[in-house]
Amino acid sequence: MKLVKNAAGRLVPTEVNGQQQIPFKGVNKYKPSGNKAKPPIRTCIDYPKDGNKVVKDLKTALKKAGLKDGMTISTHHHLRNGDVVTNLLFDTIKEMKIKNISWFPSASFPVHSHLIKYLEDGTIHHIEGSMNGPLGKFTSEGKMKGVGILRSHGGRYQSIQDGEVHIDIAVIAAPTADPFGNATGDRGKSACGLLGFALGDSEYADKVIVVTDNLSPFPCVPWQIQGNNVDYVVQVDSLGDPAKIVSGTTEVTKSPDRLLIAEYVAQLLDEAGIMKDGFSLQAGAGGINLAFLLFLKEKMKQKNIKARFMRGGSTKYLVEMLEEGLIDYILDGQTFDLEGVRSMRENDGHVNTSPFTSYNFHGKGNFASMVDAVVLGATEVDVNFNANVVTHSDGYLLHGIGGWQNCLYSKCTILAIPSFRDRIPVIVDEVTTLCGPGELIDVIATERGICINPKRKDLLKTLKKSNLPIRDIKNLKKEVDEICGGKPAKPKLNKDKVVAIIKWVDGTVLDSVFQVK
Amino acid sequence: MKQTKNYSAGPRGETVRSDCYIEIELKESGGIKLNLKSKVESMYGESIRKLILDMCKFFSLKNVKMTVEDYGALPFTIAARFETVIKRALSKTKKEYLLPIEKKNLYPTKKDHLRRSRLYLPGNEPKLFVNAGLHNPDGIILDLEDSVAPSEKDAAQLLVRNTLRSVDFSCSGEAKQRRNSCERMVRINQLPKGLDDLKFIVPHNVHVILIPKCESAEQVKQVDVEVQKLRKLHNVKNEIYYMPIIESALGVMKSFEIASASRNVCALSIGLEDYTADIGTQRTNEGKESLFARQMVVNACRAAGVQPIDSVFSDVSDMEALKQSAIEARSLGFEGKGCIHPRQIKVIHEAFAPTNDEIEKAKKIVAAFEEAEKKGLGVISLGSKMIDPPVVKRAQKTIDLAIMNNLLPKDWRKQ
Repeated sequence: MKLVKNAAGRLVPTEVNGQQQIPFKGVNKYKPSGNKAKPPIRTCIDYPKDGNKVVKDLKTALKKAGLKDGMTISTHHHLRNGDVVTNLLFDTIKEMKIKNISWFPSASFPVHSHLIKYLEDGTIHHIEGSMNGPLGKFTSEGKMKGVGILRSHGGRYQSIQDGEVHIDIAVIAAPTADPFGNATGDRGKSACGLLGFALGDSEYADKVIVVTDNLSPFPCVPWQIQGNNVDYVVQVDSLGDPAKIVSGTTEVTKSPDRLLIAEYVAQLLDEAGIMKDGFSLQAGAGGINLAFLLFLKEKMKQKNIKARFMRGGSTKYLVEMLEEGLIDYILDGQTFDLEGVRSMRENDGHVNTSPFTSYNFHGKGNFASMVDAVVLGATEVDVNFNANVVTHSDGYLLHGIGGWQNCLYSKCTILAIPSFRDRIPVIVDEVTTLCGPGELIDVIATERGICINPKRKDLLKTLKKSNLPIRDIKNLKKEVDEICGGKPAKPKLNKDKVVAIIKWVDGTVLDSVFQVK
Repeated sequence: MKQTKNYSAGPRGETVRSDCYIEIELKESGGIKLNLKSKVESMYGESIRKLILDMCKFFSLKNVKMTVEDYGALPFTIAARFETVIKRALSKTKKEYLLPIEKKNLYPTKKDHLRRSRLYLPGNEPKLFVNAGLHNPDGIILDLEDSVAPSEKDAAQLLVRNTLRSVDFSCSGEAKQRRNSCERMVRINQLPKGLDDLKFIVPHNVHVILIPKCESAEQVKQVDVEVQKLRKLHNVKNEIYYMPIIESALGVMKSFEIASASRNVCALSIGLEDYTADIGTQRTNEGKESLFARQMVVNACRAAGVQPIDSVFSDVSDMEALKQSAIEARSLGFEGKGCIHPRQIKVIHEAFAPTNDEIEKAKKIVAAFEEAEKKGLGVISLGSKMIDPPVVKRAQKTIDLAIMNNLLPKDWRKQ
């Protein structure tokens, strides 16, 4: 495999799975031209006049859709770790003796370790999506036939729109659907809230199959997936385990160190003047994120400040703020708990969004860049503020990119992370895998101090008199190394074998993940 | 062939974090065999092996089979666990494997150090140690007593010793300058067992020793004799202070003699869980049942010229009740309160912070004092009132506290 050095100084392949790749050229340095991809022309006369697209089972649907060796099949991840549809899908594909599928999920979860046997026997050629937990380990050890491709949520939409990925068949699990294919995730026994990650798939795939465990008579309103894009509807007993699809309730971290980080971040938003009337924020469901929101809420109440909108994952904490009138709108990207799902049905201010509205590189603007501040996590950050979110310091792939890269475009990007975990330094000399260029990362908030990117002279000036523990990142790194007992050794990697590539939001290759020895 | 026996130390299992399990088997031959399984193998595997082999050499172990299951333990923990297992196997060895003392830890304390909060850390739970100082307590207590299982006392002694040498409890970065330095404390076991704990702490940079269930001046004196002996032996320059804990009816009655038992008693603390059990009642949030004891301790302390410190508040989820309890403690005359969770520290500091009226008054007194000093006046007066030196000292303390709590800017004189 030929590797070249890209603009970030990382070694990346120029060809992956038989497809030419463009090395990363720098932030905002690459703009493809030409026309967007388009789905084939369809005519309504080829579809049942009575609108009933229900077929006997998934196998029938796949057969009718013309499933063949080497196709690209997409799924979405709104059922999270409760998903049984994807596993059922590949059990069926295996049964049909189809090989070399490129699986294009919007994310994967530990429940999908069921698919490892299909990666081993050649049913699945490679994954274009996140490789979490056991799938990450499998990939890192060089066992996958093809090379994995990791993209952000926005990058996934970009790749569909500029033709980098062509979806042959999209399989959309829908908690409620009608026979015409109109579908929604906000109701039904497997309700998951939003289906936004399947939107692009429904619009651009050659064939679209909706799978539901709650078939309701036409019309299913309001719909999130439009039946006019759907070829077949399949009814199954169950989409999955409701308890694992959305948690009953999301819990705030109890760790005093994480709470301290959350408190620092809330204080920073206040003192930096970001928390002001009409501000906006990207919210998440990670432990530090939820806690941060609660500290911020107290400050907003004290100072009588209202936010215009918060976008991102919705939870009961965000819903409470909406219902107490502290936020005008929740722009929901995915729904994490039952309160989020309820609010989506009941509150006018709780709005459905998708990677198209929020993250897409080929959109005429997107919401992520309009947000005043975002608080994110990372597995590693280096002294130049470059960050890693997919591999751990031992070289193993463990997480997907999610919307993380897209969110870096907010006006103030804050990574809220511990400076080390047990004995694993998080602040390092150089990240194992580059996922986010340092120029887009403004603040690193840790329990041992806050590091502000020297490029953000304005922030440094505003916070000059702050009693936040603001410090130099190199100095923090030194302290972390001292605590952990010296500089960590680098993982032993096989630099001849790329097991996955990391795409930047524009479709170029930002970095490679190498086989762990 | 001689029978072999296995010895072990440290916890094991899926949920263990920042600690390690070590098992050894002493043999007649076969050399040193180390089987290491570590969460941080790729980063620190070599460094762990080096430490273990170095310790084998130090303790002259030549034929030993070792299994180390590491869950991301820091070096001071690995060394403590390994020394524990060695001492369990070779009970006669007197050697101590001491890691270099962290220079940042070498700061002295004062008898009248500000002691609003002191955070208890179970002495055998290393994962809680490293970040404890970041929460800004006035003191950290490594506990050898109630939070350590009887079978693990030997392990905790070594871990606490290593912690005193290696772990920096001060805060990070520039924020350090704005904070009270963190006192390094150890709660020893109830006497006489507690006397055996002293050799693990006195030579290793401890500031204050807490003497639990104290019921007589004699007990303080016993500790003092041992401490002074060890200080001399190990050439310890810094003073070491004592905080006896009053936890019984008898202790309450003897509180004045305890408070004045040694010039190095810096404070008395009260332990209400044991006290209420001792008087045959239950502890309530209102605390009516312990009012006498608390007032008695405050009075004894004031009479002896040491600090009275209140008990811990045990419901870590109820911050509002903690706040009320701390405000009440302050109004009774206590200067501080114990914490069993880092989140309690800030609440306590706020409760012990001066009020606006107190700050305003203190500002005037300090300003009048400085004015009088500038003019070379011997007598200070504010309005028609004369001000005594102790009043000035107290006002200065109020100002310091106000600055520490961000209630007053450092340059308040300019405003």
